[in-house]
Parts: sequence; C-alpha cells; structure tokens
Amino acid sequence: MSNSESVRNLTLKIKRYDPESGEKPRWEEYKVQAEGHDRVLDVIQNVKWYHDESLGFRRSCAHGVCGSDAMRINGVNGLACKILVKNLPNDVLTVEPILGLPVIKDLIVDMKPFFDHYKSVLPFLINDEPAPTTERLQSPQDRARFDDTTKCILCACCTTSCPPFWGDQKYVGPASIVNAHRFIFDSRDRGAAERLDILNDTEGVWRCRTVFNCTSACPREIKVTQAIQEVKRAMLTGDINLENPEVVSISH
Amino acid sequence: MNYHRFDCIIVGAGGAGMMAALESSKTVGTAVVSKLYPTRSHTGAAQGGIAAALANLENDSWENHAYDTIKGGDFLVDQTAAEILCKEAVECIYEMEHMGLPFDRTADGRISQRRFGGHTKPNPKYDPNAAPGTEAAKPRLPVMRACHAADRTGHMILQTLYQQCIKQGVTFFDEFHMLDLIMVEGECRGIVAIEIATGELHTFHAKSVLLATGGFGRMFKVSSNAYALTGDGPAIAYRHGLPLEDMEFYQFHPTGIYRLGILLSEACRGDGGVMFNGKGERFMEKYAPNLKDLASRDVCSRSIYQEVRAGRGVDGKDYVYLDIRAETINKYKTSPTGAEVDSKWVESRLPDIIDFARTYLGVDPIKEPMPIQPTAHYAMGGVPTDIRGRALRNAQGDIVPGLFSAGESACVSVHGANRLGTNSLVDLVVYGRRAGREMAKYALEREFQHLPSEPEKATKDMISAILSRPRTEPWVKIRDEMQQVMMDDCGVYRTEAGLTNARDTIARLKERYKNVGVQDKGSVFNTGLLEVIELGCLLDLSEATVASALARKESRGGHSREDFPDRNDNEFFKHSFVSLNPDGVPVLSYKDVDVIMIEKDGQMTTKYPLEVRKY
Repeated sequence: MSNSESVRNLTLKIKRYDPESGEKPRWEEYKVQAEGHDRVLDVIQNVKWYHDESLGFRRSCAHGVCGSDAMRINGVNGLACKILVKNLPNDVLTVEPILGLPVIKDLIVDMKPFFDHYKSVLPFLINDEPAPTTERLQSPQDRARFDDTTKCILCACCTTSCPPFWGDQKYVGPASIVNAHRFIFDSRDRGAAERLDILNDTEGVWRCRTVFNCTSACPREIKVTQAIQEVKRAMLTGDINLENPEVVSISH
Repeated sequence: MNYHRFDCIIVGAGGAGMMAALESSKTVGTAVVSKLYPTRSHTGAAQGGIAAALANLENDSWENHAYDTIKGGDFLVDQTAAEILCKEAVECIYEMEHMGLPFDRTADGRISQRRFGGHTKPNPKYDPNAAPGTEAAKPRLPVMRACHAADRTGHMILQTLYQQCIKQGVTFFDEFHMLDLIMVEGECRGIVAIEIATGELHTFHAKSVLLATGGFGRMFKVSSNAYALTGDGPAIAYRHGLPLEDMEFYQFHPTGIYRLGILLSEACRGDGGVMFNGKGERFMEKYAPNLKDLASRDVCSRSIYQEVRAGRGVDGKDYVYLDIRAETINKYKTSPTGAEVDSKWVESRLPDIIDFARTYLGVDPIKEPMPIQPTAHYAMGGVPTDIRGRALRNAQGDIVPGLFSAGESACVSVHGANRLGTNSLVDLVVYGRRAGREMAKYALEREFQHLPSEPEKATKDMISAILSRPRTEPWVKIRDEMQQVMMDDCGVYRTEAGLTNARDTIARLKERYKNVGVQDKGSVFNTGLLEVIELGCLLDLSEATVASALARKESRGGHSREDFPDRNDNEFFKHSFVSLNPDGVPVLSYKDVDVIMIEKDGQMTTKYPLEVRKY
C-alpha cells in the first residue's frame, strides 16, 4: 500500500452562495488539515461537520458511482469523492459549482435542465418486436460496441465542462449524446433513426466543437468526444454498423 | 399547504422502488418520492451480479438456488418466499434484458453468468466415503449463476429501470425526503415529505404506500453503504409502533477496502481471487475446506476476524489481502473453468474494482494484492412483509392496510440470518415487482380515506424544535459515538457485555440527541437539518438492532454471539419482531419460520431439513 499518511495543510477556497441572504456569491477561505488519502469530499464534509454546517453540497455513495458530487475542483470538473488530497498539485484547493446550470446554494446546482436534455434523446431501448421467451441474443462483439457509453452515471461533469454548453444551454450537451449513443449502437435497439433525427439539429451534435473537455472531465473515463463523433458519422453515413472495437474474450 | 394525491406513493427510487413503480403505474396513478435523484440510489453501487438459474453456462436449477438461499441464510429463511425468489428471478432477468439491460454475453450471445460465494450445485461425483480433500469428497460445487455486466451490474439495473420509468412516464418527486407516514386507525394513508430545495412540507395522500428506502449501514463506522442509507422507512415505521423483523442480522461483507469500507465485489473471488493472511496463507482452506474463498459472506468475515485476532493480519494489523492477480488465479487454479487467465481477462471482468483500488488504495491489483477488511454491508432485517409485499403489524402475520415494503428496507424474509451474494438484487426485482402489483390491486379496490386535519403537524413541530435549538453539542459527535459502539459491540462478533454496553450507550446518545440543534436555520437545501433527522433514524434502528441481538442467545448467520457460539434450533429457530411498547421501550416477540413440508415415503417431512452449515 502506498504511503499516503502525510498530513497536508490546505487553504480551501469555496465559492459560497446563500439564496436566502440576498447577497451575491462570494469566496470563503478555510484553513484545514487533511490526510493524503482523504478525498476532496472528506475535506469539504469536515468543514461542514465541524466548522460551518450551512455549507451546501450533494453527495451519496462517496466512491464515484452515484454521480452526486460533481464540482469544479481547481478549475476542472470532477467528482469530489474521486480526487485524493495526495494528488492535489499544491496546497490551495478551490471548489466551486459546475458551470452552466443555475446555482441553488453553494455547490448545489439545479439539475433539472440537465435531466430534461437527457430525457429528450429517448434514453431507453426501443424495440416493439415481440420478445422471445428467454433473452434476446447479442454477440459479445455487438455488446462491446456500446460498452463504453453504458458506464455513464449522469453526473454532468462532461456537459458542464463544455464551452459550447456554457454559451448555449439549449445545446443537449455531451451527456445526452453519450446516452443516445448507448442505444443507437445497441444491436437490440430499433430507435436509432428517431434519435439521430433529434440530434441532427443546431442544438444537437453539431454544436459540439470537439474541445475534448468532456472526455478529460469524465470520471468514468468514457471517450465522450469519440462517442459524439461516432454519432455524427452515423448521421452523415446513415450507417450504425461501423467498425467494432476489440473484444476481450470472456468465454475461455 | 402542498397537497398531492396519488393511488400509490413509492418512497425510494432504487431498484425495488422503480420496479414497483413500473408495475403499479401500468394501472393506477403512481408517484415516486425520493430524497436522491433516482440514478444516485445505492442499487447502482451493486457490482458483481444478479443470480438466476438460467443455466446458460452449466446445468443449474431454481431449486439449487433456493437451497443455497436457505442454507446461506442459516435456515432462518422463509421457504415459500425463497422459492418464489428463485423461480421468479429467471423471468425477471429476461424481463430486464428485454428492457435493454446490457448484460455481458456468452460466445453464443446469451447472458453471461459467473460464480459467487455460496452458489452451488450438487456434485454428481460426490462420494461420502471419499478421502477428504478429493473432488469426490465435496457434496456441492460452485456454479455460474450470477448474471453480470462486468462489475457494474447494479449500475446497469438502476439505469435500465430509470430509463423504463422515463419511457413509461412515471411521476417522480426528486429530492423530496420522507419524514413521516400518515397512519390513521392502523392504516397507512400517505406520507409527509420535505422538498429539499425549498424546505416546504408536502402531504402525499395515497391509498397504498411502499417503503423502498434501502438499508441503514451508516449506523456502523466502516460501511460500504452510501451516506444516504439511513433507514428512514423502517425507522419511521418503528416509531409508529410497527415491528421490525430480524434486526440482529446484519451482514458484514468480507472484502471492503481497508479503512474506507468501499465494497470490492465477491465477483473478485467468483472469478478466482484468493484471500491471504499476513503470513501469506490461504486461510479460507481452514475455515471452509470445500468452497474456500467462495464460502458465504458471514463465514468469510468471521474467518478474517479470527486471523486478525490470532495476530495473522498483514503486519499484525487489522486487515488481510485479497489477491486477484492472474498469476495467483492460475497458481491456485481458481478461475471459473480452471483454465489459465491473463491480466487482460481480469481487467475485462473487474474494471471498476481495479479502478477503486488504484484510486483509493494506490494499489494496482493487476500487480499487487489489495488490503481488505470486513465492512458493514447489508441489513437482512427490516419492515416485515408477506410474499405480496404487505407490511405486517405483528408476529401473528396481521397486515397493515395500505403499507407495503420491498428491497433492503423490507424483510420478507428471503435472506434469513445471512444474505447470499447477489440476492439483494434478486430481492429488489422480484419483490419490488410483486409489491408494485399488489399495491396497485389494493388501490384499485379502494377509495381514498380521509386524512387528519393537519397530517404534517408532528413533522412541522419536530423541524421547528430542531431549528429553534442552538447548536451546542455537534451532532456529529453523537453519530461518531454511535458508529463506533455499533462497530465494536454489535459487529461481526458480539457478547452479552458488549451488547449491554451498546444498549446503554445508544440510550444515552438518544438522550443527548434530544438537545441537538443546527447552525443553519435556512430553508433551501438545509442538509445539516436533514442529516440530524437521519441520525435520529439511525439511533432508533441501532436501538432495535441491539435489543434484538441481546435477546438472541445463539449464533446464526450474521449474528455471532461469542457467549453462545452454536446455533440453537430448539429455542431460536424463529424470526425476531421488535417493536416499541407504549412506554417507548423495545420489546421482542417471535414468529415461526415458514417451512415447506413434502411427502416422502408416505411421511410428511421438511423439504429443506435443518443441517449443520458447512462450506
């Protein structure tokens, strides 16, 4: 086990906003001690529990699978529970809400516009053919085709790191396209044409400028930009059966 | 006053809640009330798989699954409920596959399955006279039964069910936190919830209410559970005088990340991973000679504690190693088929586990073993229900009209004294679906009943009281002391002295809790206030757990009494029901285990005879 026990003295700067005070957002500074293996989430929670209970943020699973605690940490989007103190580049830690969604309180943003975009791309399997009595068959290769985009936890790190989204919140954003991709390239799905039609719009995939912020922000390491490009290509070629990624055999 | 009216109100948007919503919303007005956005629910953290005897890779049957479930639960499982679980698991898996759930696939395109602890089939070559240690000496062998999507099976289930809810237009009240049940004349007629974004109270008038609020692992110091898992449903039912069943049975998962408690799936061992003590010994050979690392969770957790107590933890500390390196799997020939594997295969099977270890431990499990310790994981107990999801009022089996429960918050009981790996997910879908159907049926047959004049008054008063008190003692101290005493005295091993200490400590903490105030007096996202309220739930459930554990003077499954090390079927082959008496003191009553009788050689006999539990 690597030695991560070193205590660090951090200057934690949090962008605070209290809608009930009538005051504008402000930066608040805390001097805190943290262990190397602490998560940024632990640092923030300790402030809340032991210093300032009014600090608002969301969290639940605390290990990077529920997607509650997306924040802008040192200027880059990430989950506070997946970034460890020992990996911080220096002793100043700035935390602010993700950009592009209305701030409700402190680090809490209104997620409704984000989920509305998600719902707009028909994020569910469409297949009205009668189902067999057992499973629908799908080859390991066909399953692998959309594996990457099944990992999405809807944390909004990608969408709220996207400059075109900052400029235009009507843009569906990377997360919605990722979730459309998950079904467009699922061999069991029959709704690709419908989804491609929805995304073939100035507020759809064409708003993407391939900045790659989304890909670097994704805590699940989804190749978001690639997924968006694949959707664009499918739209241009009308072909959803493009090259398959390599499959690791699991049937040894 | 914010008033809403739905035939069915479902509290909790994890697997059980959404499965129920998909059923009930087909026929009656349904709304899901959840303190989290649905996709944040802890079902999404389940990793390794969901069992169903599809027999896609080898012979299997639902009867095998039922036997494993009953034995895994140390025979405290209700047998009709377990048979339903294992039969309906098969159709539920196909139903979810049709919904789009992206299971991993076999070479021929069917759902892939893997091994898990305690999942077995009879050994066709078994010979009771065979020399110990030989293959023929093993009565049962591991079986590939857990349907999986890498180590993200729960994530896929949660996402798929949410997708279907969107498709079906289910109504959600996201970030609404239930604070009370509306009980009138012994019936449930709705709930009171706080809208977290505004602090306003809402009354939800309903014909049927489902508690699907999940577990309460946050009563322990080291837990795999999300912060949100504070048992709100069972705690509120308990306060209304309703019983909780089998609360003493709490499962510690053997392989939590050292110190953090983050779960490392049993699939690690299902796919061939091996645990080692500080001396490099594969210690499970001693404790479970047949299944070794694939023994049930309670057995593995106790074995780790024994090793640590004997000074054989790593560096003499309180942890051991879990090793999933390909070279180790190959050395011990523990891969599912016994064939050689390579690192690429391990990475494809356990990508998230590997990521967790790299992120939180700074350990690359492809190259090094991972430090692990048992972590509080799953409540076998909860709101007692019948096989239709209806909440029970007492140990005689009378129902509470209008109240239902499913998933971890419920106790049906299919997990008995120790849940079999993957059966939490099976429970969610099978009994979530059953409860959804039953509550819709109940709602269709019934008119809305009157509510009391101010159903939210008690809740409003409770909040005002907390907000009006100054923040003197930080409530986090009470929480920390609760988690510590529950871990130390009501954890893997228990004694009369320890449990008595836990009982007295919890009682003192409850007294101190009465004076707790909060610093933040605001209305918008006052999460400090909500954490205080959640702590109140955990204290009540700790009390119920300790009271049940004190009364059960035997060891069975997840309840190990060092002062009563053996299972005592004469006295304790029965479910505990704990409820508050009129003085607010927890009292115990007992309900017989449901046992299936069959005719054999002209005589009636038990279908699943009691046996000494060995792996």
